[in-house]
Amino acid sequence: MSGAEKIAVTVTDIVALNELVTRFEFKRSKGGLLPTFSGGAHTVVRMNDAGVTRLNPYSLMSDPMDQRAYTISVRRDDAGRGGSLFMHNKVKVGDAMTISYPVNLFSLDLRARKHLFLAGGIGITPFLAQIKQLARIGGRWELHYASRNAALGSYVDTLTGRYPNQTHIYFDDDKQVIDLAHLLDGQPLGTHVYVCGPKGMIDWVCNTAAAAGWPRETVHYEEFLAPRPGKPFEVKLAVSNKVIQVGENESLLEAIERAGVDAPYLCRGGACGQCETDVIGYDGQFLHRDHWLDDADHASGKKIMPCVSRFEGKTLVLDR
Amino acid sequence: MSSFAFPTSIKSRPVYGTLAPRDGSAHLMIADADGAGAILAVAKAAPTLLPMTHIIYIPRDAPHTDALRSLKPAKFYSGPSYAAALPRIRKALADARMGLQVYLTGTEGLIGQAMNEAMQAGFPHNAIQTEHRGSVARRMQCVHCKGITEDVDTDPFVCVHCGLNLFVRDHYSRRLAAYQGVCIDAETPGQVPPRKALYS
Repeated sequence: MSGAEKIAVTVTDIVALNELVTRFEFKRSKGGLLPTFSGGAHTVVRMNDAGVTRLNPYSLMSDPMDQRAYTISVRRDDAGRGGSLFMHNKVKVGDAMTISYPVNLFSLDLRARKHLFLAGGIGITPFLAQIKQLARIGGRWELHYASRNAALGSYVDTLTGRYPNQTHIYFDDDKQVIDLAHLLDGQPLGTHVYVCGPKGMIDWVCNTAAAAGWPRETVHYEEFLAPRPGKPFEVKLAVSNKVIQVGENESLLEAIERAGVDAPYLCRGGACGQCETDVIGYDGQFLHRDHWLDDADHASGKKIMPCVSRFEGKTLVLDR
Repeated sequence: MSSFAFPTSIKSRPVYGTLAPRDGSAHLMIADADGAGAILAVAKAAPTLLPMTHIIYIPRDAPHTDALRSLKPAKFYSGPSYAAALPRIRKALADARMGLQVYLTGTEGLIGQAMNEAMQAGFPHNAIQTEHRGSVARRMQCVHCKGITEDVDTDPFVCVHCGLNLFVRDHYSRRLAAYQGVCIDAETPGQVPPRKALYS
């Protein structure tokens, strides 16, 4: 079976943090320790939502060295495809679930002299684990965290209480904005910047840092794309010799899996590159949404990332 | 000789490019000998960088000091050796902020050692621009006694520390800023191939 190795877990704690965000704690169902991980890692949570299998990635926010339990925080997305709603409405303490081994596509570069964290909203979660990791090794860091307001600012109180000198909070409703150009300008040589939040924020940070002369290697970002709904389409899987229908609310990868074809994946969010699939033929147009392929690949019509990208047109034949 | 086309080799062997002006809040240019030519070219392409530029130059008998000084960079230093320039390089890196651009040019020994300093200051090695100019001589480490021999321009050569006859390998260490020299006559002491100039 594709994806990282699986772990059978039990939901041991559920805490509603605010109107939108709820924290879940998982422990191994058969007892024993979970693997350690590194800050920034995520786990893919498998949900059985009334017969529909959902596999959503969530950043691990617990201490990477604490092997007793993993915690994730899930933001409810009422307009999403249903994964976060399932977590919020259906999952109860004591439920058995399956999660993947941790996978890290957003790790700290430990060669950095200083780590500058920029979080937007629920994008705070990977930093919670990274901060715990750095606290353990005495790393130098600073957090700038933008949230809509105090009521929705998950972990704002914990962070400002525990790390008052490193934590800087900005509330959109109070018109507080990170003074990014100024912030970047003052950083000592060897600083790396990490950003996790909405796409607009990631683009803003990447572009501002590039314009200020920050090397590409010192700018890190993570954005999990949820597969967006779209028009249904038909796909021929050449290797498996199957013709499948991709529904409006499922991703191409999910439709391939539903047809019983084992396709590779890791992040399911357009970032890791694991599900890259060759296109054998097509008549129509691609709706590329991933961060993995470059513009030339997107234009070539030869590759697609089925976890987030879609297709509109007559025929699509994949090498799968 | 102002530049040299090194033949393709193993992955460990550094590959040099051509210096180009980049956006940044400050510019640190370190050169020895004929590396001055590469700095003059960047300055010509982007004269607006100069008020934000610190040039550290080790002439090693090359006649380019006045040409570089006349660029009127924000800071200019010229010194007799890399060792003499090193405290200034370290101070410049320690005081630097993100937005600094690093340009290294001249011999491989200068580029490698200055790159090592920048890396130790937390600057990613692949974000450092380099351009080889001048001598193809190498900084070599004897794998037997660990001593460094500077400016090796023949293969084989004699380790200045332990006296072994060493074969010049392309195996390079960024950490040591040196190529690896391995005893060439270990099996049959005294059977040493004739000494040839590098790339001859």
